[in-house]
Amino acid sequence: MSANERIDTLVKGNDVVLFMKGSPLFPQCGFSSRAIAILDHLGVEYASVDVLQDQEIRQGIKEYSDWPTIPQLYVKGEFLGGSDIMMEMYEAGELQELVESQGLAKAQ
Amino acid sequence: MPMAADEIEAMIKAALPDAKVEITDLRGDGDHYAAHVVSTYFQGMPRVKQHQAVYNALGGRMGGVLHALQLTTAVPE
Repeated sequence: MSANERIDTLVKGNDVVLFMKGSPLFPQCGFSSRAIAILDHLGVEYASVDVLQDQEIRQGIKEYSDWPTIPQLYVKGEFLGGSDIMMEMYEAGELQELVESQGLAKAQ
Repeated sequence: MPMAADEIEAMIKAALPDAKVEITDLRGDGDHYAAHVVSTYFQGMPRVKQHQAVYNALGGRMGGVLHALQLTTAVPE
């Protein structure tokens, strides 16, 4: 499988997936850390991919959505944005709305 | 080599001439910036496209020499 196909499988196979540096418990970059904090605060169920463990995905993900930086958040197969957009949407209440309307919260 | 704040501002304005650009050097180290860009060009664009327009203006430096730029975009009130 090419990097693009692998990314596509990850994006389409998870309702919410974050491509990040490090893991949710040990994020390796302030921006990834911020993205995790937002998702955890909203109680979202998500998968994560550590791009530091996979050079092919680290490069490929930048081309996949024509987005130069990591983290990148995908919801229901669509690119939502990086940590700045997540923060803007969170502050505007849009992310909470999305979580509720798409049923993305962790099961209680 | 990191980028200077006025270089970032000049590149954004070259691509988006009406843009108002506020750059904050977050740590005073010339390497970690926040930029707030306001332009009529963003009218009707989704956020991802607005940010992509700024990244394109920076011509591939974002994610490279410019690794830490917190970006917010807006349309003029």
